[in-house]
Amino acid sequence: MENKDVAVSLRDITKVFGKVVANKDVNLDIKKGEILSLLGENGSGKTTLMNMLAGIYYPDAGKIFINGNEVIIRSPKDAFELGIGMVHQHFKLIDVFNATENIVLGLEGKLNLKEAEVKIKNICDKYGFDINLNKKIYDMSVSEKQTVEIVKVLYRGADILILDEPTAVLTPQETENLFNVMRNMKKDGKSIIIITHKLNEVESISDRVAVLRHGEFIGDMQTSKTNAQEMTDMMVGHAVSLNIDRPEPVDPKMRISVENLTVIDEDGVVKLEDVSFTANTGEILGIAGVSGCGQKELLRAIAGLENVQNGSISYIHADGRREELLGKTPREISELGVKLSFVPEDRLGMGLVGNMNLADNMMLRSYRSGKSRFFTDKKAPRALAERVINKLQVSTPGIDTPVRRLSGGNVQKVLVGREIASRPKVLLTAYAVRGLDINSSYQIYDLINQQKERGAAVIFVGEDLDVLLELCDRILVLCGGKVTGIVDGRNTDKYTVGSLMTQKGEA
Amino acid sequence: MAKNKIKEPRYHIVKRTEISASKAWIIRAAALLSALVVCGIVTMVCTGDNPISIFATIFKGAFGTQRKTWITFQYVAILLIISLALTPAFKMQFWNVGGEGQVLMGGLAAAACMITLDGKLPNAVVIILMILTSILAGAVWGVIPALFKAKWNTNETLSTLMMNYIATQLVAYFTIVWEVPKGSGKIGIINQNSNIGWLPNIGNKYLLSILVAVLVTVSMYIYLKYTKHGYEIAVVGESQNTARYVGISVEKVIIRTMLLSGAICGLAGLLLVGGINHTITTTISDGQGFTGVMVSWLAKFNPIGMIFTSLLIIFMDRGASEISTAFELNQSFADILTGIILFFIIGCEFFIRYQINVKKDSGKENA
Repeated sequence: MENKDVAVSLRDITKVFGKVVANKDVNLDIKKGEILSLLGENGSGKTTLMNMLAGIYYPDAGKIFINGNEVIIRSPKDAFELGIGMVHQHFKLIDVFNATENIVLGLEGKLNLKEAEVKIKNICDKYGFDINLNKKIYDMSVSEKQTVEIVKVLYRGADILILDEPTAVLTPQETENLFNVMRNMKKDGKSIIIITHKLNEVESISDRVAVLRHGEFIGDMQTSKTNAQEMTDMMVGHAVSLNIDRPEPVDPKMRISVENLTVIDEDGVVKLEDVSFTANTGEILGIAGVSGCGQKELLRAIAGLENVQNGSISYIHADGRREELLGKTPREISELGVKLSFVPEDRLGMGLVGNMNLADNMMLRSYRSGKSRFFTDKKAPRALAERVINKLQVSTPGIDTPVRRLSGGNVQKVLVGREIASRPKVLLTAYAVRGLDINSSYQIYDLINQQKERGAAVIFVGEDLDVLLELCDRILVLCGGKVTGIVDGRNTDKYTVGSLMTQKGEA
Repeated sequence: MAKNKIKEPRYHIVKRTEISASKAWIIRAAALLSALVVCGIVTMVCTGDNPISIFATIFKGAFGTQRKTWITFQYVAILLIISLALTPAFKMQFWNVGGEGQVLMGGLAAAACMITLDGKLPNAVVIILMILTSILAGAVWGVIPALFKAKWNTNETLSTLMMNYIATQLVAYFTIVWEVPKGSGKIGIINQNSNIGWLPNIGNKYLLSILVAVLVTVSMYIYLKYTKHGYEIAVVGESQNTARYVGISVEKVIIRTMLLSGAICGLAGLLLVGGINHTITTTISDGQGFTGVMVSWLAKFNPIGMIFTSLLIIFMDRGASEISTAFELNQSFADILTGIILFFIIGCEFFIRYQINVKKDSGKENA
């Protein structure tokens, strides 16, 4: 503990939830003026460990030292007093307040917004944040909200910052801005811990990387002395191949044809404008775009969940018959014999029911079938749940476990498993690997490729350009609800797509 | 220096990830026992009597004689039917606090048939009409807030609550229209001589409600657990987004479920008017539309569990009023005891959801 350079030391930290050991005897040091990446698969205990530092959880055993002194962190307030601030994955802001109000919220002493504003402006200038202090949270983009969260933590005088997957929701450009700010904070002597799944980010931002696996500390190393393959192997525990397959499409035929699609939401905001494209069998069509550029509405419209103002969406059967999907409910679409599966972005809030068990979640798609008109058939969904668990290696105590108890990767396997069980002709996926660790992500890519090979038309909305470029046959780029380009996935690069994402096509 | 400041907290409150059913029931039993002990102490301080005789009095109040036992079970039956009626709505996260009004409307429809059709139609026809109209009246009273919710997304807590007041005023109005004798402000026993519209006695006069309650319990259990409707209710209650995603019409499910919820409340009103009281007053449902909310929640919406929670509440309620009469205290004392009991029963849910971890070695690190 004598080392003056060490800001935080965790010693033999253990945390148990019921029967699950989230952290076991973890030892970790963070030096002053250092950016440390914390790597690990889903459920490896990264967030739990950081939550103990931030006062959300209290360790069952072990000690925490700040600047060499042993401390007890009982609550987030204790953590702030020790200069520790955490930016959570899910933002904790009040929508109807503006940035300044959110930043000073909860602080003791007299409320003086003018004074606070000056102080906040100083912080922003010092580290290079770009923020409009009078903007209400509900008007802000995800990246702006994140900025408010970080400034909030700095305003409270944090010297040790914890960022839980900050880049998961950012575009490449926004990520670069964030990294610049982080570098400025580091120059100022602050210690930063960043949790991330993206190895290229680990390499570009951090000085040191520490790896957790199954709640245990596996090792740490200088980022400059390691590489993606070594880090992945440490995280997973065995060697993993980091290539995504892209088989050539076999005999592609038009399956979905979207023409002049326009969607305007309840508030009169144009979400999609005059969008036209086709999706073919045996092909993966990627959709790229910054968040909120209409990807969500596009998938919802095809699935029959969106109010569409104009345009048409046709489904072309193998024998050439055309079926108009617009104006039909999901139920009517499936009654037409159109086998359409949809893996939505919001897994537990839309694709699945968190409090229901695996079998009942399997039933969501099939409960209307079965012999009886009145009673549900429980046997078929149970059998399907067993099959999905075995085939997709879902780790769960059993099929009677509520899905919300499963880790993120396993939740997604249950959802994808159910959606591909019907052998879909069209598969829509939104952010299929968001928040998933490397192992689970590759399993999902494999499953999507299998669907492509059996002739489904796959529409893949993604946020990681590297993945889109490796997986998709064609990529449609959206910007502000308009199509700015459809490019060949094999003959394009990140920068072409990136610039299409940020500029509007000719109007 | 900083070392002196270290003081480990003695205990932490931690959310339980899961709890075995047996452990949960032990906690509930302990809560009930503590409630009885505190009730005993409070009564002892107020009356100077010994606690054993107080507990004996509670038990005697509910099960002292054969007649009292029958009445207890009849009360349980009515409360259970109302609780079961509310359950599908609550499971759908539609906060139906309008049980009171739905019961009253059912009762009013039954009373209207009894009064206006006396001597005009044969008894059997009157009873069939009573059954139909009271169920319909309850269903209509339940579906009005559901229509508003489905069409304009109005807050159902407010609208169902307000429908209660309308029902109460309607009953008050018809009490004056039908009062016997004029000027008394009461309807009195309807068709005392002809017994037209009195529901038949099977075995004894208590058994009918009990049998209906058993039937409704079993049907509701099956409906919620094994039918497609029950499954849709569960999905809509958990997440309307998920429901829409799989093509369930949320509006249709809300309307259909509230028709059912109101209909069963109407049935309870029929039993109260046609089977038990043979009259109608504005207080005939006696707050059970609200007590039923608690019965349903305490049993976690499980119809079988509700048999026990409704029995518990009726047992305590009847025991408490027996204490107040036996020891010559007024009704407020019974309310105090019921309050104590509910405090413990509801409070114990905290210990079922959370556990308190006490640090055993906290002294060590202070050194």
